[in-house]
Amino acid sequence: MTAALLALADSRLPAGGHTHSGGVEQAIVAGLVHDPRSLEVFLRRRLVTSGAVAAGAAAAAAREGGGAPADRRAGWARIDAETDARTPSPALRRASRQQGRGLVRVGRRAWPAAVWDDLPDRPHHPLALGVAAVAAGLGPDDAARAAAYLAVTGPATAAQRLLAMDPITVATVTARLGDEVDRVAAATSTTSTGISSRTPPGTSPGTSTGVSTGTTDGDGRDPDWLPADTDPLLDLLAEVHADRGDRYFAS
Amino acid sequence: MPPDHLLDDYVDPYDDPAARGRRHGPLRVGLGGPVGSGKTALAAALCRTLGAELDLAVVTNDIYTTEDADFLRRHAVLPDDRIEAVQTGCCPHTAIRDDITANLDAVELLEARHPGLELVLVESGGDNLTASFSYGLVDVQVFVVDVAGGDKVPRKGGPGVTASDLLVVNKTDLAPLVGADLDVMRRDAAAVRGGKPTLLISLREDPAATEVAAWVRQQLRSRAAQHA
Ligand SMILES: Nc1nc2c(ncn2[C@@H]2O[C@H](COP(=O)(O)OP(=O)(O)O)[C@@H](O)[C@H]2O)c(=O)[nH]1
Ligand SMILES: [Mg+2]
Repeated sequence: MTAALLALADSRLPAGGHTHSGGVEQAIVAGLVHDPRSLEVFLRRRLVTSGAVAAGAAAAAAREGGGAPADRRAGWARIDAETDARTPSPALRRASRQQGRGLVRVGRRAWPAAVWDDLPDRPHHPLALGVAAVAAGLGPDDAARAAAYLAVTGPATAAQRLLAMDPITVATVTARLGDEVDRVAAATSTTSTGISSRTPPGTSPGTSTGVSTGTTDGDGRDPDWLPADTDPLLDLLAEVHADRGDRYFAS
Repeated sequence: MPPDHLLDDYVDPYDDPAARGRRHGPLRVGLGGPVGSGKTALAAALCRTLGAELDLAVVTNDIYTTEDADFLRRHAVLPDDRIEAVQTGCCPHTAIRDDITANLDAVELLEARHPGLELVLVESGGDNLTASFSYGLVDVQVFVVDVAGGDKVPRKGGPGVTASDLLVVNKTDLAPLVGADLDVMRRDAAAVRGGKPTLLISLREDPAATEVAAWVRQQLRSRAAQHA
């Protein structure tokens, strides 16, 4: 199923991603990103924060795909709400839902499947990615990989355009982050071992003690266990960016 | 980041000897801007004015023809072997910014053919106001707009207008005909360019592009000083 994963992670997939900068436009305006090194720092930070959140949600969404229609509808609605909870910035919520809708539009036709009908209207992008993975015959690992990879490549391309950087340099930046992308994807996908590290201290997968909601079944499927490492800096950048009258990117 | 004392044999992955400002070889000047603003006319003018004093060559970008290269050849502003045409497919923008491979090939070909080359002009295919060159391809870039497009163009901004190293507003001779206010264009450009220069010119009235040529000479001098 590698080809489907490549298609899903390809920036040429016409899902509207190119109109979003993943916060890098405002980071450039603020002087945080100005050269390859500062771009790498920004991307690494984005990857381990909102990238991890997205990868976790995408993997969780893909796992729900195997359930009965009613179950997966409920599961996806829950993941959508959990993603909202992890996205405090209204601007970032809008950006995520806009890209989610774009991905559903192309995904429906590229990988026709009944599961698309079980998605909430204008789903968050990671959720749409997880469902696209299901529709394309991919697993949670792949969904997490695509989400983590896109968390890096979207803003990298935007930075290249805004700073008129050498595209080969930007390709080098993304290549250097490859191992970290894989690590984040593995750690956030519950089919790997990583999610257990998110289990609160004193618990381990298979037990249900100590989890705040008391509803966790301990197999990592509960959205409460989704990564929640959102980055206040990105929230702030997104909100300041949304108020600008002279921005090139939608977010 | 590793501590300082570990930096002695730290190989910086971004330490690219070919990066902007560090690159040796000819100065590469990008000429960008919308279709019909006068990029080819400016390239021809610069070839005429600078051709006698500098070892120079031109790369043109067209959708599928070699129209601009043919124009330059026809007007014999340069020997044929100093003009290379790049075909950009459906996206002129990509060829100068996102994947510059074809243009780098053309520049390198010209450099190999003319080892003493001092100046390469890269004319982009006509595109919109957001088109700009990657500094992986050029050292400095000129954005050419024209008066006929209306005096609101500088106000509309875009990376070409705001971030180019030189903004050229061409066809000032047409201002009375299209009702364009040159002072408005000058003022709007100054407001968004943060001190970078803008020249209002008419290639019709000054086919030598005197002011732009002077700016190019200045770029060559400051780069020579940098490398000295
Ligand atoms: N009136 C007038 N026409 C010009 C001037 N400069 C160029 N042109 C004409 O504008 C048209 C387009 O010019 P060209 O250099 O091909 O534009 P490009 O598409 O940007 O390369 C040609 O017919 C030129 O002769 C100028 O200063 N005044
Ligand atoms: Mg032309």
